[in-house]
Amino acid sequence: MTNQTIDIIIAGRRQRRRRWFIVNSLLLLLSFILCSTMLLLGSTFYTVSEVVRALSGETLEGVSFAVNTIRLPRMLAGLFAGFAFGIAGNTFQTMLRNPLANPDILGITAGSSVAALFCILILQTSDTTASIASVIAGLVTVALIYLLSRGSSFSVGRLILVGIGIQAMLSAVISYLLMEGAQEDLPSALQWISGSLNGSQIDDMLPLMLTVLICTPMVIVLGKHLSILELGEQSAFSLGLNTDKTRILLIVSSVSMLALATSVTGPISFVAFLAGPIAKRLVGTGYSNVVPAGLVGVNLVLGADLIGQFAFDARFPAGIVTGLLGAPFLLYLLIRMNRRGSLS
Amino acid sequence: MPFLTSRSRERKKKDWQITHFPKHLTIVLVLSVVLLGACVLASLIFGARLVTQDQLIAGLFHSNIDSYGATVVRERIPRTVFSLCCGAALGVSGALMQAVTRNPIADPSILGVNTGASLFVVSGIAFLNISTAGQYIWLAIAGAMITAVFVYGIGSMGRDGATPLKLVLAGAATSAALSSLVSAIMIPRTNVMDQFRFWQVGSVGAGNWSAITTFLPFLIIGLVVAVLSASALNALALGDEVATGQGVRTGILRLIAAFAGVILCGATTALAGPIGFIGLLSAHLIRLVLGPDLRFIIPMSAVAGAIILTISDVSGRLIGSPGELEAGVVTAFIGAPLLILLAVRMKVRSI
Repeated sequence: MTNQTIDIIIAGRRQRRRRWFIVNSLLLLLSFILCSTMLLLGSTFYTVSEVVRALSGETLEGVSFAVNTIRLPRMLAGLFAGFAFGIAGNTFQTMLRNPLANPDILGITAGSSVAALFCILILQTSDTTASIASVIAGLVTVALIYLLSRGSSFSVGRLILVGIGIQAMLSAVISYLLMEGAQEDLPSALQWISGSLNGSQIDDMLPLMLTVLICTPMVIVLGKHLSILELGEQSAFSLGLNTDKTRILLIVSSVSMLALATSVTGPISFVAFLAGPIAKRLVGTGYSNVVPAGLVGVNLVLGADLIGQFAFDARFPAGIVTGLLGAPFLLYLLIRMNRRGSLS
Repeated sequence: MPFLTSRSRERKKKDWQITHFPKHLTIVLVLSVVLLGACVLASLIFGARLVTQDQLIAGLFHSNIDSYGATVVRERIPRTVFSLCCGAALGVSGALMQAVTRNPIADPSILGVNTGASLFVVSGIAFLNISTAGQYIWLAIAGAMITAVFVYGIGSMGRDGATPLKLVLAGAATSAALSSLVSAIMIPRTNVMDQFRFWQVGSVGAGNWSAITTFLPFLIIGLVVAVLSASALNALALGDEVATGQGVRTGILRLIAAFAGVILCGATTALAGPIGFIGLLSAHLIRLVLGPDLRFIIPMSAVAGAIILTISDVSGRLIGSPGELEAGVVTAFIGAPLLILLAVRMKVRSI
C-alpha cells in the first residue's frame, strides 16, 4: 500500500470516529433536555430552582410530591426502559442481520409480558418474582423460536414468520389474562397492550436499573464481537470468534434488559425496532452501534411520552405515539428491502 | 407444501378434465352436518347461564312460554346465526385469498385486510358521525379493499414477485400500523374497555337480527361469486400460463375473486370487528381432507369456518365465565399454531 492510501484510510477512520462522538454527544444532550423537560412540565409548572430543591431532598409544599413521586419515576422509567429496549433491539437486529428480526416482531417482548402479567394478576406475587419470571419467559420464547425455525437449514425469513405466529398466540394469552384479572379499566390494560409510563413507581424500577447497569457494559464489550458476527457466521468463525458463546451471552443480557423493561412499562411498541436502524443511519457503518441505539431508544420513549402527554387534547400513552411513528417507518423499511430483494 | 409439487399438479390436471369427487366427501359432509348441529346446540345451551333441556325446547318451539331460560335461548338464537354467517364469510374469504395470491399463508387477518376495514369504520364513527350497520359495511369494504391493494402492492415489489414471506410481512406490518391508528382514534373517545376492544379483537356478541339482515346480501353475493369462480381458480393454481392456455382471463378472474374475498371479510369486520385466522384454519383443514380442488374447498370452507367460529365463540363464553372472552382471541390462539406450522414446513427456497 502506498502512503497515500494509508493516509486516506486513517483520515476516513478519524472522520468516522469524530462522527461517532458528535452523534453520541448530541443524543446525550437531547436525552438530557428531554429528561429535564419531563421533570419541569406537568399539570402545574414549577421553576427550575424549585424542582432542583425538591430533588435534593427539601420538602416543598406540592412540589416535592409532584416531582419526586410522579415525575421523577416517570422520567427514570422512560430513561432506563428506553435504553434497554434500544440496546436489546439493536442486538437482535445486528445478530440476525435483519432489522425486521427485532424482539417486538419475534414475540419476545410478548413472552415477557405474558409472564409478568400472569405473576402480577393471577398469582399476585411480588414484583421481584414477576421480573425473574419475565426474564425466564423471554429466554424460553427465544429458545422456542430458534428451535422451531431451525429446520433443515436456518433462514431469517422462517424465523420471522414463526415469530409472527408466536406473537399472535401470546397476544391472545395477554387478552385472556387481562380479562381474567378483571382489569377492565382502559389505562392499565393499555399499558400491557402498547406500553406506557403511567403509574411507574420508583420501587418497581430497581431491578431494571441494576440490570441495565450490569448488562450494558457487557453488551458494549461484546459489541466488538457483534460487529464481527455481522459479517456472517463463517467469517466470524475464521476470525477466531467463539460464535456460540458470544451469541448466548448477548442473548441472555439483552433479553434480561428487555424483559425487565417490559415488566415496568409494558411493551412500548416499536422502540426496540426503531432504535437500531435510526442509530445506524446516524452513526454510519464501521463503529459500534450499541450506545447510540440505547440513546435513540431513550429519546424515542421520553419524546413519545411528552408528545402523548401534552401535544393533544387527550392524553395518549407513550406506546401509542411510538406505534404511530414506528408503523410508517416499518412499512418504509419493508418497501426498501423488497425493492432491493434482500428479503428473499 | 405437498399440493404444490409437480406430481400433485399432474393429478390436479386430470381433476380439471374429469369431475371426480374426493374420496372422503360423503364422510366429510355427514361429519360437518353433525358438527354444525352440535355447535349450534352448544351455542344455545352454554353461556353465563346454563339452559336446561326443557327451557331449550320451550325457547325454540313454544313461543308462548315466557320463562327466563326460554328468553335466554331466544336471545342466543340471533347470536348463533350471526356467528355461523360470519364464520362462513371469513372461511370463504381466506380460501379465495389463498387461491388468488397462490400463497398458502393468506388470510384476511394475516394480510391486514381486517384491520384496514376496522380502521375505516372507526374513522367513520369518529369523524363522519356514522352510526348504522349499513354505513359501517360500505366503509369497511372500502377500507378492506384499499388495504388489500396496498399490502399486495408492497408484498409483490422486487424481483421475484409476491412470495409468501413478503406478503405476510407486508400484511403484519400494515396491520400493526393500522392497529395503532385505531387505538389512537379510539382512546380519547371511549371510556369503556369493551368498545375499545371490539375494534381490536372481534367478537360475535353484538349479533342481532338486524345485523344479520344487513349482512346477508353481502354474504350471498360473495359466496355466489366465489363458487362460480372456483373452477377457473383451479386453473389459476396451475400457473398463469396454463390458466391462460385453458382460456381463463387471469387478470379479470383475480380481480373478481379478490373482490369477493374483500367484500366477505369487510362486511364481517364491520359488524363483528376484526376476527382472525378463520380463513387460514378452515381452508387448510378442508384441503387436508378433500384435496386441492377449489370447487370443493370453497363451499366446504364456508361450513368449516362457520363451525370453527361458533365453537370459538362458545369456548370464549365458557373460558371467560362469568364474563366472556372475545371469539377473536380464541381464534387467534388456535389459529396461530397453524401459521407457525406452515412456516416451519415451508421450503426455505419458497420463503
